[in-house]
Amino acid sequence: MTVLALSQTAINFTYLVAAVLLIVGIRRLSSPPTARSGNWIAAVGMGIAIFFTFLDEDITSYWLILVGMAIGTVIGAISARLVKMTAMPQMVALFNGVGGGAAALIAAAEFHRIAPAAGHLSGDSVGAMLFSALIGSISFSGSLVAFGKLQEVLPGRPITYTGQQIVNALLFVALLGLGVLAGSTEQGIWMVLLLLGALLFGVLLVLPIGGADMPVVISLLNAFTGLAAASAGFVLENTALIIGGTLVGASGTLLTVLMGRAMNRSIANVLFGAFGAAPAGGAAAAASTDGKSYREVTADDTAVMLAYAQRVVVVPGYGLAVAQAQHAVRELADLLEARGVDVKYAIHPVAGRMPGHMNVLLAEAQVPYPQLYDMDDINPEFPRTDVALVIGANDVTNPAARDNPESPLYGMPILNVDQAANVVILKRSMSPGFAGIDNDLFYEGNSAMLFGDAKSSVEKLVAAVKAA
Amino acid sequence: MSMTLLNSITVFVLAVFIGIEIISKVPTMLHTPLMSGTNAIHGIVLVGAMLIAGSADSDLEKALAFVAVVFATINVVGGFLVTDRMLEMFKRKPSKPESE
Repeated sequence: MTVLALSQTAINFTYLVAAVLLIVGIRRLSSPPTARSGNWIAAVGMGIAIFFTFLDEDITSYWLILVGMAIGTVIGAISARLVKMTAMPQMVALFNGVGGGAAALIAAAEFHRIAPAAGHLSGDSVGAMLFSALIGSISFSGSLVAFGKLQEVLPGRPITYTGQQIVNALLFVALLGLGVLAGSTEQGIWMVLLLLGALLFGVLLVLPIGGADMPVVISLLNAFTGLAAASAGFVLENTALIIGGTLVGASGTLLTVLMGRAMNRSIANVLFGAFGAAPAGGAAAAASTDGKSYREVTADDTAVMLAYAQRVVVVPGYGLAVAQAQHAVRELADLLEARGVDVKYAIHPVAGRMPGHMNVLLAEAQVPYPQLYDMDDINPEFPRTDVALVIGANDVTNPAARDNPESPLYGMPILNVDQAANVVILKRSMSPGFAGIDNDLFYEGNSAMLFGDAKSSVEKLVAAVKAA
Repeated sequence: MSMTLLNSITVFVLAVFIGIEIISKVPTMLHTPLMSGTNAIHGIVLVGAMLIAGSADSDLEKALAFVAVVFATINVVGGFLVTDRMLEMFKRKPSKPESE
């Protein structure tokens, strides 16, 4: 019951239009004033590609597609609407994972369709089919593990064991072998084993990576899924898939490198470094922290310090976001500004859980955009700052990253909070940060701890500043 | 190597260069939305899932293709909506945006 079949040429022409819209969309996404419209332009391009695919003469049955799309739309729309801004990174991981899963399933279905007639697998497409199955599956299971780590269903700390990298290397070689077997024998069993092995490999690849590195991992898996989609395009000889997938594969790879650079970490280091496990020098240093002493301060004292300061820099971190304290922080900043205090926000490139995550959260609380300073712009200001207010940030303020070559954090660019005259750290307890590393900042002479939930602490500060 | 494959490879290679070129200068604050936006774009795999689902003959293929359609649709719909929610946050600016 083909309603209206368009010729392949006509459909390919609509794919060209879609591709142009996708490219324009990504381009506009890269610049703040045009980003939102860019997203919608890309969505329109996608809509065009999907709509005209319905008119493809190869499609003879619609109900499977329509029911599947209806279910997918409901799940996708509801989860996108309900997810909290703080949980955004793991949501992206999930969406990425299902995309990879879809690419792998396409490869599996296509293999099954062609393979029974042995010898019919064309040499042109078999490589792409296996690649799509392999990379799509890795992306699927890897993204699920990344989700688990960020959602704290799985431990965020790196999970390591001896010989891990050897096991991973052997498994990868085995996967290549299975790929060759599946391609040459055209037996379904090898394809099934390839898919299962790739799923396992995705899990093993991400498990040893610490939670703090998850954004880079998600970005990398995002690029993987793009490549899986592109190779599915080679299998189906579909230009829309090739262009869309490749754009993401290429831009995603570059974005991964940029993110890694913002954290001063190479991709190889992220993947194989088991960052934060730190059994050697780091653990020894952590054990000795019992001997170090820190100073506690009350909300009232802090409020006085803030109210009579000239320059205050707020350093927001993930803890602020979790406590939903961003609105209270803005209220505090408004009060201080009304008293003539100069208030700035120092945004570390990886504050929150992903680069740019903190900007999104503060924008949600309507913090004025010009008050947000990048790390490079704010670092020279710290020596002239009276009070640095660290709210739920941890690893990005650890001076060990700058001074202690033994520290696993060493080399990561940090906010030089310790150079401010006074540092007040709002924190629930003395527990280490996301990377699982103790923060030397807490034991500095000019540092003081204000314990409690970030939101209630900030609210106490607001009340106390009003009274001061 | 067939002509079709060569054409596909041509498209692929050009798309690689475009993909790298269009995001080479992106401010850090946009990394997350950009990742999320490109994440939605690889949902184009839905087109492939549709083609498979619409032409599948065996039950196994139908089942695989059906799950692929559901997955890819979640990727597309969720991806674009979540990106829009993130970018909506950047809209409320006091005056003109700072020059990047």
